[in-house]
Amino acid sequence: MPYIPHTEKDIKEMLNAIGIASVEGLFNSIPDSLKIKKTLNLPPALSEQELIHELTELSRKNAAVGEYVSFLGAGAYHHYIPSLVNHLISRSEFYTAYTPYQPEISQGTLQAIFEYQTLICQLTGMEVGNASMYDGASATAEAVLMARRINNKSKVILSSALHPEYREVVNTYLFSDGNNIREILYCTETGRTLPEAIEKLVDKDTACVVIQQPNFLGSIEDIKTVSEIVHKNNSILIVAIAEPISLGLLKSPGELGADIVVGEGQAFGNGLNFGGPYLGFFATLDKYLRQMPGRIVGETVDKNNKRGYVLTIATREQHIRREKATSNICTNEGLCALAAAIYLTAIGKHGLMEIAKLNLSKAQYLKKGLANIKGIKIAFTAPTFNEFVIETEKEPDVVIKALLKKGIITGPSLKKFYTELAKHMLVCVTEMNTKKDMDILMEGLSRI
Amino acid sequence: MEFPKDIKYTKEHEWARTEGNIITVGITDYAQDSLGDVVYLELPAEGTTVTKDETFGVIESVKAVSDLYSPITGTVIEVNDALVDNPEVINDDPYGDAWILKVEMNAPAELAELLTADEYKKYVEEEK
Repeated sequence: MPYIPHTEKDIKEMLNAIGIASVEGLFNSIPDSLKIKKTLNLPPALSEQELIHELTELSRKNAAVGEYVSFLGAGAYHHYIPSLVNHLISRSEFYTAYTPYQPEISQGTLQAIFEYQTLICQLTGMEVGNASMYDGASATAEAVLMARRINNKSKVILSSALHPEYREVVNTYLFSDGNNIREILYCTETGRTLPEAIEKLVDKDTACVVIQQPNFLGSIEDIKTVSEIVHKNNSILIVAIAEPISLGLLKSPGELGADIVVGEGQAFGNGLNFGGPYLGFFATLDKYLRQMPGRIVGETVDKNNKRGYVLTIATREQHIRREKATSNICTNEGLCALAAAIYLTAIGKHGLMEIAKLNLSKAQYLKKGLANIKGIKIAFTAPTFNEFVIETEKEPDVVIKALLKKGIITGPSLKKFYTELAKHMLVCVTEMNTKKDMDILMEGLSRI
Repeated sequence: MEFPKDIKYTKEHEWARTEGNIITVGITDYAQDSLGDVVYLELPAEGTTVTKDETFGVIESVKAVSDLYSPITGTVIEVNDALVDNPEVINDDPYGDAWILKVEMNAPAELAELLTADEYKKYVEEEK
């Protein structure tokens, strides 16, 4: 389709049709005092060559994982992406198409989303999954809203070991809703959410409990015990997953009693991308299908009995249900979901298990090594996956700065999220970190 | 399109059949025809109070999801569970097997506010 802007004649015709003299007339409803009447103070336009030069200069201010050794996790994970992922998603049929959901012309995209949904269900142990959400944080907030639709209760309980930014987004979504959010403490010894604290806070008015696996402090939660407490009170258990590679090793949340499983799918074939676009995944039990936000691709047959894919349950979306829609999300992260589907298909079931094992064993190597360094303590006793908290004698911010000078990115410092963890920082190890990287980090840390 | 004379109608396209103090509620032939194939119903539990002109449930077809409005104020005494299992009956027999609720009414005076078959037929023709 060519891009042809409106001609003067087109514009005049349209203005005549609606009876307005000039384009400015369209903005009459904006008060005069709000209009800017002077010309904007902008620098002159650049030539293509100058522009590329300027943008290159700007991009040099960024630090990229390729140039540094990175031990940064905390919700964004640096994993290997097979070349075929970007090769396939860059095909113009996938890459340039906007809202390609018409079944007549988009069977490829719809089938890819259907397969993505299936993979997410298999990994989370759930029965239905949607076509994806914006990111892990907004998926978590949507799960909270959904739980409240299911049981018409209002109280929401968040584990304090749920990613602080996820908690912030849940708080934002429920901002107008009063003081219905409670947080449960984590155990200062194990780094796990305290089951006794959940037991104490959950009651018959509790809509849902949200817990992260592995949690923000890296600890692996006892989901089964939490599930029993939550279900005794007819509440919904939401499990959020920020590092889904862990599903290659851990029991699925579904098997442990979760009702809704959400999370961040960036780790599946999507780059760190300086924080976005990311990929929220969302899955639940079949009986809650009609309360699930977002769109779903379903498999069906056409009039010739041939397999085909279509959007389904879209009747509950905003463009049809308006203010009564289950959610105001009316889209998905199509390309990121496609990358996740291709990634998971490429590495396969055993590949995912192997990558997960590699993450675990490398993180264990570093954890043991760090425990032997004077002035460093492993903060919590619960088992961990690829991320854990260390306590340092020196200020974590000082340590992080000193390491950055040596080309090592680590952290973040936990002080800004938890006042009691003033001397603590996170360390994350993935299959991208070599033994040499870890030895450099340990050496660096022992010299600070 | 059928407009049986023995029942009353609302502008939201529900019908009400009176038997003593009990009102049977359903959706009209015109409503099922506009909705297309009905695939899902969300209905209140027995014992729930419903209020005239307020929503009591949701009906979903392949084309749209719509609210169901109660023609009368009262208490739900029976829900058509067979219909919940086979919602497509609404398309086949909207005035018979596809009744939705039985409501014990609180304010019989409300009945007078409902439309007759002729009034409803005229309303529908204007709406078209």
